[in-house]
Amino acid sequence: MKLAAWGRYPIIESQEVSIHQASIWSKPCIAIGNLRSYGDAALFDTHINVQRSQQFISFDAENGLLTCDAGVLLADIIQTFLPRGYFPKVVPGTKLITVGGAIAADIHGKNHHSYGCFSNSVHSFKLLLPHHRVIDCSRSQNSDFFYATCGGMGLTGIIIEATISLKKINSPWIEQQTIKTRNLEETFEAFENYSSIPYSVAWIDCLSKKEQMGRSLLMVGDFSMEGNLEVNKSKKISIPFNFPTFSLNNLTVKAFNTLYYGKAPAGVSHQRVNYEQFFFPLDSILHWNRIYGKNGFIQFQFILPKKVSLTGLKHILNQISNTGLGSFLAVLKLYGPSNDNWLSFPIEGYSLALDFKMTPDIPKFIHALTDEVIALGGRVYLAKDALMTASQVEASYPLAGKFKDFRKTQELDNYFRSIQSIRLGL
Amino acid sequence: MNNTQKPWIAIFGANSDMAVSTARMYASKGYNIYLLSRSLDSCQRTKNDLEIRYQIAAEAIYFDARKFSSHGEIYEQLPIKPIGVILAFGIMLPQLAAQSDINSAITMAEINYLGCITLLEKVAQDMESRKEGFIVGISSVAGERGRMSNYIYGSTKGALSIYLEGLRHRLAKSGVHVLTVKPGFVATKMTMGLDLPPLLTASPELVARKIYQATERKKDVIYVKGIWQLIMFIIKSIPNVIFHKTKM
Repeated sequence: MKLAAWGRYPIIESQEVSIHQASIWSKPCIAIGNLRSYGDAALFDTHINVQRSQQFISFDAENGLLTCDAGVLLADIIQTFLPRGYFPKVVPGTKLITVGGAIAADIHGKNHHSYGCFSNSVHSFKLLLPHHRVIDCSRSQNSDFFYATCGGMGLTGIIIEATISLKKINSPWIEQQTIKTRNLEETFEAFENYSSIPYSVAWIDCLSKKEQMGRSLLMVGDFSMEGNLEVNKSKKISIPFNFPTFSLNNLTVKAFNTLYYGKAPAGVSHQRVNYEQFFFPLDSILHWNRIYGKNGFIQFQFILPKKVSLTGLKHILNQISNTGLGSFLAVLKLYGPSNDNWLSFPIEGYSLALDFKMTPDIPKFIHALTDEVIALGGRVYLAKDALMTASQVEASYPLAGKFKDFRKTQELDNYFRSIQSIRLGL
Repeated sequence: MNNTQKPWIAIFGANSDMAVSTARMYASKGYNIYLLSRSLDSCQRTKNDLEIRYQIAAEAIYFDARKFSSHGEIYEQLPIKPIGVILAFGIMLPQLAAQSDINSAITMAEINYLGCITLLEKVAQDMESRKEGFIVGISSVAGERGRMSNYIYGSTKGALSIYLEGLRHRLAKSGVHVLTVKPGFVATKMTMGLDLPPLLTASPELVARKIYQATERKKDVIYVKGIWQLIMFIIKSIPNVIFHKTKM
């Protein structure tokens, strides 16, 4: 079958095998979840689909501890537990990801600066190793496997079930404030001023230049303490086919950005929004990745250490707006301290995520940008990467070598591989 | 409503993807669920999932479709008799194996046909006296015309369809509803790796939804994907002169 992740680049031919077949250990494979990473982290010629098992195993309402199959979607957890007053402690921009995928990419959300990564909410998980050996992993048991697997992009075994803790909430509504800023300095200032609010993210207009460069809408918020847990069903729209490749160009993107920015009231405004609108605005547009056409797109997400974030971002934004390679959506986010996982993406600082429609010029451009990010002490998110090189990873993930050695000594490299792991020499 | 007031659905052969989806469907509508299969372990897992997910009660019970004499007792021992019984067990072994190995043919006949009779006669008796309830049998489009590629399996399903038809006739005056389901291709762990044509292939969730709707609307026979009705109509209409030249 043809397989591609969310960026629809690359597209490969891959065969599914079952974890119940003894023959799965005869050649390397990679576990896939809901294929919502962007690049080639979940792509290989043989795969195991963890969504074949998606059951809840136990739930302790007292402390919010949920044990479930790795194939359970966050959407499933939210649908089941939100009406009872629980919510995952970390969610990314889509709820259509599996628990296994959330651990493997050690995903983060709008609350990284206040809470940390998904792995922070992971109590333990079961990992399937070659020849059907299953081990329990936590910070105190098989801890090497725990720290290597959280953020390890599925290269240390197959996560089959996990115990995670959910947080208690009083309402599915979010009290949101939107802060409209006029340039990058103001945006950074606003992030810091509002950093005591648990959730924050900024939509940034990448194409604006000079004194307007970095103008943003910063959205901060938290679950409302009032009201009840009643959940409304939201309407979905769908992009039914790939847009023609010319429909996204510099002009349309610029027009969109101007409209989006212009729509928001000046200064600080307050809204009460549904959790879906706040956390998962794009989930209401099914197949939104089709707007980039059949060649797919690259989502480039990098992070810079705090002390160079402002100057570094200015420098990189300059290049993006100069080349005019448009980005439909650019997201700026503040991060808290890094964790102990070997390949987790976050470091204390700011990250920017933007989409580039795939064209022949893009790989070279991204490669150069990545070099600059690394020179500034930053790194690129493996869950979105399709283009980095082995030396770039080595230079930006200090524990990549340890991870590689671990895979060798545990003989994992012969069993778990992805196109990404081969490209990056992991 | 607390769980003791909720009506029960019994799903026999509860280990298949279709059965699990169907269990979820009914549980989401507020039914308690009996899960019966040979794999008690997987029924137990499904029970936990249903109870957590839908806050209903579920029970995992051992059931072997080929142990005919046990069927009556298993049904009798259900503490609260179900309002609906869904037969989801079935097996398809390769045609060529069934031609050369008689045991393979017998297995299919036992599971797909005989086991249904021994169980459903007991269920029918109970529902007939209660004057309520519904029975769902999962048959197959393969049972509509014998074809060289699949006629041993097909004949067991054809027999099941006729059995269900007769049962429907008998139970009509008692107000007991009998539904025959013809799923066509279904994408499950059993068909994993096969390149099934998307237009003709249903997901287990779709099968579950169609079953639920059909029991609500008291339909007699449903094709999960309507296109199968057309396909089977065409296949049944081909005269033997031509049909015998094909290899379907």
